Amino acid sequence: MSIEPIYEARNIVRNFGSVQALQGANFDVRPGEVSALIGDNGAGKSTLVRILAGADQPNSGELFFQGQPISLGNPTDARSRGIETVFQDLALANHLDPIQNMYLGRELMKPGLLGRMGFMQTSEMREVGRVAFNDLGATVRNFTGPVGGMSGGQRQAIAVARAAAWAKNVIFLDEPTAALGVVQTKGVLDLIRRIKDKGIAVVLISHSMPHVLEVSDRVHVMRQGKRVAVLNSKDTSVEELVGAMTGALDGKEAA
Amino acid sequence: MSVDTPTKPTAPAETAPRPNMMARVGSALGAQAMQIVLVWLAIIAIFAVLSPDAFFDPNNFRNIAISVSILAVLGVGTTFIIITGGIDLSMGSVLVFSGVVSSMAMGNVGEGQGWLSALVGIIVALTSGLAWGTLNGFLVAKAKVPAMIVTLGTFGAALGLAQVLTGGIDRRDVPDVLVDTVGFGDVFGIPTLVIVASLIVIAGIILLKRSRFGLHTAAVGSNAEACRRVGINVDRQLIKVYALAGGLAGLAGLLNLTFFRSTTIAGHSLTNLDVIAGVVIGGTSLFGGIGTVFGTVIGLLIPATLRNGFVILGVQPYWQQVVVGAFLVAAVYSDQLRRASSSRGGGGRPNLFHRLFNSKRKDS
Repeated sequence: MSIEPIYEARNIVRNFGSVQALQGANFDVRPGEVSALIGDNGAGKSTLVRILAGADQPNSGELFFQGQPISLGNPTDARSRGIETVFQDLALANHLDPIQNMYLGRELMKPGLLGRMGFMQTSEMREVGRVAFNDLGATVRNFTGPVGGMSGGQRQAIAVARAAAWAKNVIFLDEPTAALGVVQTKGVLDLIRRIKDKGIAVVLISHSMPHVLEVSDRVHVMRQGKRVAVLNSKDTSVEELVGAMTGALDGKEAA
Repeated sequence: MSVDTPTKPTAPAETAPRPNMMARVGSALGAQAMQIVLVWLAIIAIFAVLSPDAFFDPNNFRNIAISVSILAVLGVGTTFIIITGGIDLSMGSVLVFSGVVSSMAMGNVGEGQGWLSALVGIIVALTSGLAWGTLNGFLVAKAKVPAMIVTLGTFGAALGLAQVLTGGIDRRDVPDVLVDTVGFGDVFGIPTLVIVASLIVIAGIILLKRSRFGLHTAAVGSNAEACRRVGINVDRQLIKVYALAGGLAGLAGLLNLTFFRSTTIAGHSLTNLDVIAGVVIGGTSLFGGIGTVFGTVIGLLIPATLRNGFVILGVQPYWQQVVVGAFLVAAVYSDQLRRASSSRGGGGRPNLFHRLFNSKRKDS
């Protein structure tokens, strides 16, 4: 694959007091590709994703989006570029239904005076939202019940589908399968493949090596605040990934 | 932030809208607001059987409606506040304060009579309520002081200031035109107070159910962090909600003034608890995220109907407090059960479970 990266981070440094979370980390993701980001606890994955999602700002380093240098002041800046993130807490409003969650903060307003008075195009949102969920195979059975009453897998699927419905370019998924059972995990992995097929770049942060190898195209390995290896999923193995994560293979790979 | 629609469909929607409508009707029937209507109807039925003539006198219903009107205006704002996960203890004092400053303003314009004076009084009452509400909202949202403490503070402050302004003696400056049209006026035989309260309630229902403001109110109460992530200004939403409730307390102050022809300084120390009890009995969760204005109205009608019925039957009206207390605890208990069952989730069939569970409770 020689496609230009759609989103790229170069030499990102982020310190929290005396703790150096990121020490010149690089990262890149290409359109229509699933890039996995792995690393042991404290390797800097979450910090890097927060920076790429606009939720945190680096001390130094550069971000390039579609080849242009950008700076993100907040998550809204990222979203306006079609970059969506699903954090581990899912950020769903439990009392609202899936459609209301999908459109939360982005409601379609009625045209003219009614819209300015705060009235929404409820039926339009219901229709388009429903199709968007079904389109991704998010297997949402109940569109009108509160999401708080749904299973962990359903809620995960709703959060991922919501992000996918708005992400035009890049979507970050932080540990999307961590709390799920076997069947639910398969559902989320299928969802990831469908998002990829739409030409969106997917970044998957995960601890689960088999899932990473199953669904991703490339694996970025982080250790001690740096990316220490980029491996093609086809040509690597769990042993090699663990080796890169723990440093047992130092010297064999160049980032 | 750019506004656009989610990626366009390629596959047709599998679920037809018709069963969805059915599901909606089903969940509406299962909602706590509907169950509370049944409870209210049962209370009416009991009184009707025990004393059909006196209870079904149209004047009796008129009395119940009037007694609930002012509380209902307060209840609309309080419902919004409790849905955000907050609380408002200050409303009774804000009502009194707004009545006092409104009365003082009206006494100083046009010799306290005429429509000009009335208009000034209305504007002053609403502005006063809005100002207290905004102060509450600002302290809750920006200063991050817990709502209970903020509104306990303004509860005392507003009442104290009202007493400072009047020397503790009730004022009675209200233009006759206002008393005749609002306080004791009728339109087609319906008391104006009831009409004003009904309009506020209907507006509240539409605002909560249909508008983005209402949706964001529930969303903030449900998960404020999620709202921040999607770019909703949570602080501003909270300030708006408290300002709305304050403005309604100001309006209630004016209604109170026109009905009693007095600022009733000492008469509203427990109004906040009456209203909060009504909101909670009506199914609004103290934990935020969920609630209805309609439920609040029924939740306020139940104590009023009980008091009325006990008087008719010659039971000591103090029993009403005992019964309402029991209702309040039962309402919160059922909310706890509901929250426990919905967070249990499991198997993706909470709705069925929920409905079975609810109907079981209805039968008992």
